Amino acid sequence: MWWRSEWRCWLSAAAISVAAGAALADDVADPEKLANLVRQDCGSCHGLTLKGGLGKPLTADRLAAWDREQLTYIILDGVPGTPMPPWRSLLSEAEARWIADTLKQGALR
Amino acid sequence: MIRLTRSLAFLLALLSGAAVAATELRGTGDLGIVIERADGAVVVVDTSRRIAIGRIEGLGDLSHASAVFSRDQRYAYLFARDGGLSKIDLLTGRVAARVVQAGNAIGGAISDDGTLVAVSNYEPGGVRVFDAATLAQIADIPAVGADGKASKTVGLVDLPGRRFIYTLYDAGEIWLADLAEPASPRVTKLTGVGRLPYDGNVTPDGRHYLAGLFGEDGVAHVDLWQQPLAAQRILPQHGRGEEKLPVYKMPHLEGWAAVGDRLLIPAVGRHELVALDLRSFQEVGRVATYGQPVFAVARPDGRYTWVNFAHPLTDTIDVVDNLTLQVVHRFKAGPAVLHMEFTPRGHEAWVSVRDADRVQIYDAATFVRKGEIAARKPSGIFFTARATRIGQ
Repeated sequence: MWWRSEWRCWLSAAAISVAAGAALADDVADPEKLANLVRQDCGSCHGLTLKGGLGKPLTADRLAAWDREQLTYIILDGVPGTPMPPWRSLLSEAEARWIADTLKQGALR
Repeated sequence: MIRLTRSLAFLLALLSGAAVAATELRGTGDLGIVIERADGAVVVVDTSRRIAIGRIEGLGDLSHASAVFSRDQRYAYLFARDGGLSKIDLLTGRVAARVVQAGNAIGGAISDDGTLVAVSNYEPGGVRVFDAATLAQIADIPAVGADGKASKTVGLVDLPGRRFIYTLYDAGEIWLADLAEPASPRVTKLTGVGRLPYDGNVTPDGRHYLAGLFGEDGVAHVDLWQQPLAAQRILPQHGRGEEKLPVYKMPHLEGWAAVGDRLLIPAVGRHELVALDLRSFQEVGRVATYGQPVFAVARPDGRYTWVNFAHPLTDTIDVVDNLTLQVVHRFKAGPAVLHMEFTPRGHEAWVSVRDADRVQIYDAATFVRKGEIAARKPSGIFFTARATRIGQ
């Protein structure tokens, strides 16, 4: 029956996304160093407390409207015409994604 | 030795209720403060003895902070990122007055007569003016540009005659506020000075105000001795046609000592300083530097400029000879050099090294390290002698 194969597709997709989510935490070699970068260096413009400065606030509630992919690519490619620089030469995609996730969850330590 | 002195100071603090032992008469001309950017605190330092003499807490979000000093060099006015304005007593170690006057602020200034403290705010965009003694608010100048929107304000400095000049970042304007009648500021507005002016400063004689532009090439220049006031674009060809590097930290236009007829300023998005002739305002050369400059601080005699750099090249300092425009010394100071300050006549340079949790003290002629002071995530270093200088 058609619904059985669809159910299997959905299950596989769910399994893949769960696996991807779990793998992400391990992709970043030094999460502590990255957290320090976000606080101190991103914090130069966005505030050490992430409440904003020259750059916009990066608290979880302010980022709720943005999805993780958008944030990841803003980090990597910057916002041309504004002071937000592209970090692609300094951060890997996994690191940018970790930052996006951490900020969206309000989980930066 | 330092730890022992600090322990004694803290012991006395417990007994006397103050963070600095005020049991002896002392001057304040050789004192300074070091911002602990993550702790909302400052370390009070004695630059003659090269020690910390106390610590003052409860100053809010100092992740970007600057300070000016009272005329008697006893009090520092701290401008915190969260809009906090604190008046701290360097002798007693107490917070003498404090007000949270806005949502987000970037800097401030004190009037030439020492009676008014102005704060440059991001949120709400504008400048607010306070009584220097009590911190009572006296004036509010919203920075609504010709575009009808409130701008962040940057580059706020004092000018002779109880005036302040500053820049509207979003609107691209420069405003001069005359506070002769403090409750009714008279504001002169220069519009269309350039895109995204990110900082401004005035020469030590209070004559030339320069605002660096992020959004286009060039610098906006106002000669304050000319009437009517006007902003000219200088260095218009600077960088045209060349690809800019990503800017990971905004350059700062600070630390301009008496530099004779030449001023070195950071180039935006380049590993360079630009040398400006202060008579013609033409570019007279460039200095290739280790990284993108954040601060280019001139030694008080104007002979050398010390330069630190943006992420990720933050461990290095270049020393530039202003006569030859050559880097004459380059050294690794430590992880994340954030700021540099010279003693008033320039015999020492104090350098904050954020990720080493200390301020390092160098002989400004021989570059020999002479001492260090522990401070947690130190950023700005400010010495009381700034009280005697226009624009600082």
